[in-house]
Amino acid sequence: MRKRLARAAALAILTPILVTAAAGSALACGGLVTPNGTVSLLKTTTLAAYHEGIEHYVTSFEFAGEGQEVGSIIPLPGVPTDVIKGGDWTLQRLIIETQQRQLERAALFANADAATAGAEVIMTKKIEALDITVLKGGALEVGNWAREHGYFLPPDAPEVLAFYAERSPIFLAARFNAERAENRGVQTGQGTPVHIVIPTPSPWVPLRILALGRKASEIVQADVYLLTDRRPETLPQAERSNGFDPNQRGLIQEVSEPASSSLLTDLRSDRGMKWLPESDMWLTYIRINETAANLKHDLAIDASGYGRPSPVAAGYPAGAAPWPVVWTVLAALAAVAILMAVTDPGLRRQVARVFRR
Amino acid sequence: MKLRAAAAAVALVLLVGAAAASRGAAARATNGTLHITIHYSKFDPGDLAVEPGETVRFVIENTDPIDHEFILGDEQVQLVHEEGTEAHHASRPGEVSVPAGENVVTTYTFPKVIGSLIFGCHLPGHYDFGMRGTVAVG
Repeated sequence: MRKRLARAAALAILTPILVTAAAGSALACGGLVTPNGTVSLLKTTTLAAYHEGIEHYVTSFEFAGEGQEVGSIIPLPGVPTDVIKGGDWTLQRLIIETQQRQLERAALFANADAATAGAEVIMTKKIEALDITVLKGGALEVGNWAREHGYFLPPDAPEVLAFYAERSPIFLAARFNAERAENRGVQTGQGTPVHIVIPTPSPWVPLRILALGRKASEIVQADVYLLTDRRPETLPQAERSNGFDPNQRGLIQEVSEPASSSLLTDLRSDRGMKWLPESDMWLTYIRINETAANLKHDLAIDASGYGRPSPVAAGYPAGAAPWPVVWTVLAALAAVAILMAVTDPGLRRQVARVFRR
Repeated sequence: MKLRAAAAAVALVLLVGAAAASRGAAARATNGTLHITIHYSKFDPGDLAVEPGETVRFVIENTDPIDHEFILGDEQVQLVHEEGTEAHHASRPGEVSVPAGENVVTTYTFPKVIGSLIFGCHLPGHYDFGMRGTVAVG
């Protein structure tokens, strides 16, 4: 299977990877923090699969080179039971399954388009050259931990960390150990897939953190794959696709269909993917192509069949929204209108007549 | 009729009140001291007012888990700090680093001429992020 897929990948996947590389290297689906505040994260690929109450989150961290203190922070919806090395081809196989159509379509229209203190460390793992730390704490604690461990946090980090910590105080920090990377011969641009196993009743995929450190007008690009027992409902609801239109902005649902048996067979044959059922899974591919300013929420998923993704999981306020001035004015006007109505003798007589009836 | 006029007056008062509430007045020093809080990489208050020649003791509280600065001066001062290559320099009146989670005090005497100054943070990306405020002198 490995050889067969490798051969297929050599031809079929080469182009998507080159396309991705040309657009900028793929790193993890997290906020990237660097010493000088610049963010080189251009596109990420993530699988969020949900089966039997467990979210399987697979993403890849890319080595950005020695001497560059680059790390990633990923907010998690719950405490992971395990963090393991991800499969070798899971993400690539999903790209083949969905984006091959994009390439075919592109070819079809090619001529037409000629133109710390306090953060609790609850788990540490070494996965190849990656140092993984799972933290529990509020925004301040996790921010302090990150700062004290050499992560550079951009100016929007305090607010973004608070946005996540209010829902789930669990964060995963990942950073390449330069010495181990050198010893293992890890090349710049080489990815290390990581598979995070998270029991949670309410799965979500962190999206807002992708905008961390970005200017408001910058475009955030990411590919999010969902594998669920049923066709999921998401919040925010993904838009209908214009057919892999690169200019379409937003959260775009490019694929929503029963997962093919060949896909499930291939994924199951990868490392750590035996939990995946052999059949009856639904594949959703959501392409993120949105400005940082508009990427203010996460992707809440409901695959229960009830079609009610949690607004809280998506990062919408749990309670009442703050009472803005405009509502104060409207309330005042309404109060005055009622007062005027009550004090108007004619209107008062009419109301009395209505009640007498 | 009198009641209706009274109701209209109440509505007007409420409208003016709501409009006033939506605009914060510039903060002034109390007993020579002005407290500024840094939260989510923003200064609060962001608009200050002082008298020409007034000496103000600024107490700056950084509630964020990241470091910030408080640099007070005209546009030229801001430009020098924004484009400067000096990572750190010793504190000067009106120019201090504000480490994460700490309180810092700096005292500054404003010029005796009417005008306006800016205060901001010039750590990478912070000024562009909107980490700045204004001081009206006069």
